[in-house]
This record gives sequence, C-alpha cells and structure tokens, in this order.
Amino acid sequence: MGIRKKKLSEIESNDSPIISTHEGGSIVLANLDAMIDWARRNSLWPLTFGTRCCAIEFMAVGASRHDFSRFGNEVARASVRQADLIIISGTINYKMAPVLKRLYDQMPDPKYVMAMGACATTGGPFYYNSYAVVKGADHVIPVDVYIPGCPPRPEAYFYGLLQLQKKITKERYYTDKKRKKAEKE
Amino acid sequence: MTNEELKQVINLLTSEAIIKDGAQYLEVTLPAAGLRDICFKLKNNAETAFDYLFCLTGVDYPTYFEIVYHLDSTVYKHVIVLKARTENRENPFIDTVGDIWPTAYSHEREVHDLLGVTFNNNPDMRRLFLEDGWGFPLRKDYFDPIRIVER
Repeated sequence: MGIRKKKLSEIESNDSPIISTHEGGSIVLANLDAMIDWARRNSLWPLTFGTRCCAIEFMAVGASRHDFSRFGNEVARASVRQADLIIISGTINYKMAPVLKRLYDQMPDPKYVMAMGACATTGGPFYYNSYAVVKGADHVIPVDVYIPGCPPRPEAYFYGLLQLQKKITKERYYTDKKRKKAEKE
Repeated sequence: MTNEELKQVINLLTSEAIIKDGAQYLEVTLPAAGLRDICFKLKNNAETAFDYLFCLTGVDYPTYFEIVYHLDSTVYKHVIVLKARTENRENPFIDTVGDIWPTAYSHEREVHDLLGVTFNNNPDMRRLFLEDGWGFPLRKDYFDPIRIVER
C-alpha cells in the first residue's frame, strides 16, 4: 500500500496533525518543541516517595483498577536519578525536608513536582500547633501541581497528572534554548 | 496472679507504695529512689516474673514529671503499672531500668528527647528524633514561634 498524502482539510486540529497514514505507521507534522513536549509528557517517571498515607492511594493508582500506565506514568523508580517527577505523597516534616531538598537537587532536568494531598500542599491537619510538620512542601522545593484531598482519590490524581501534562505541553524547550544562546552571543 | 495477690507482693516489698485499683490495670505509685530495686525484684521473683516492659512513658505535671512503667509477664499473663515521680521539674532525673529490661534504653531516650528527663546510668542519653538544642516539645510550656502556628 502506497503513501497517501492528506489534504489540508483532512488534517484534524490537534497538537500533532497526522499528514499521512500507511501500513505500519503515520507521518506526523510538528515542530521540534511539540515533539520534545510530547515525549516528555507521555513518559513521566515518578519517584516512589511515599511519606505517609497518600502513598497508599498512590499504590491504588498504580494497581490494575486505575492503572496509571495508561498515561505513561507507570515506571516508578526507587532512585531519583532515573526519575523526572517527584510525587510528594504525604506529610513533610522538618526532619524529612533536607532529604527532599537533596533528592530534588539530585534529579536530572527536566524535573517536575506534584504535591499530593492536604499535607504536602499546606501541612493539612497538622497545620496548627505542630512543631514538626512543614506547612506545605513548597517551602522546600518548587511545586508544579497541587492535588487537594485527604487523601485524594485516584480520579483526583489523574486530574492532577493531566494538568501537569497540559503544563508540559506549553513548554518551549528548544525555542527557549535557541533564544538564550542568541542572547549570549 | 490476681490484682489482690499482686497487692500483697508489693506490700511485702515496700511500705511506701500508694496502690490504686479499679482501672484496667493495678496502678502502684512508688518513691523514685527505690524504684529500680523493686523492679529488679519483681522481675526475678519466680511468682511475679515481670519479664516484659511493654511501655515506658513520661507525664508532665505542674511541679514534677511522672514516669510510667507498664510491666507484663509472659509466663503468668498479668500486668502491673508502676509510677514514679521526679523530685522537681527544673532538673528532672530518675534511675534507669535498662539493666533490667534492655528495651527501656530506647524508651528512656524517647522520654528524654520529648520531655527532657535524664535517666541516671543510661549509657546513651542522646536525643532520639530531634536535633540537639531543640527544646522539649511535649512539655506543657513548650513554644516554638517559628514552626508552630497557634490556634
């Protein structure tokens, strides 16, 4: 079967228009930024960083009923050097904060952070009268997406994940790099 | 042993015990000075055989600290609660029972960490969870203006 070039009117208005299809694959027309974003957002490898009960919900998200591998999110890594997303699933206390900072520093770029649950967002039920709990993980590292809930349901987790993917879609990695290089020269 | 029999044993060992019955366990308040000695006898007496210290905690009172020992016998399945008070609240100290039940060493470190009670003869009287110079957060008068949001 030969390659059939699509007419312009047949191209659907999505991020990566398929200009032609043939047996075994398609030809997609896109710029390099869209290509990089597509690769990044569909292969977010999370770090297994469960500090409290939200980690149970995170396990439920990973199990067969909800199955986050549908979003390319399934390769939970034990080492932060192989991950590009920290999901802070649980309370961060003052003893854990330096560890979290260090993990974030060790993570290779591009890196993203999701604060899962009330504790990681604001300190949650431990906000008042606690000497040990950090009042939100964003006091320690920058957070991209906050997921409310105590703990959030898997559906809320997926909504947060889709928000993060949407955020990554808007990045312009290659253009920014070129612009910075030009500014330097 | 029943609680009545335990009471008789305690009364034989010391005359200074204040015994309270009626709650879940038999509660015996003892002077701090003789506590270690009585613990040793309760463990090594074949009739009582309190060979398991399952809880060691501290309580903050306005003028003193109270250390509470929950003892259990894995042989006879009876339980007793011993309580001892420190002399004051400014410089609280009490003898360790870690040489009788080694588990007490880490329990005592926790009480030391959170309440600031010093246990004499405990060889490892460092902080357990918190950093040095933190203060003692389970004391009623503890306040940390930086970390605590009060309500």
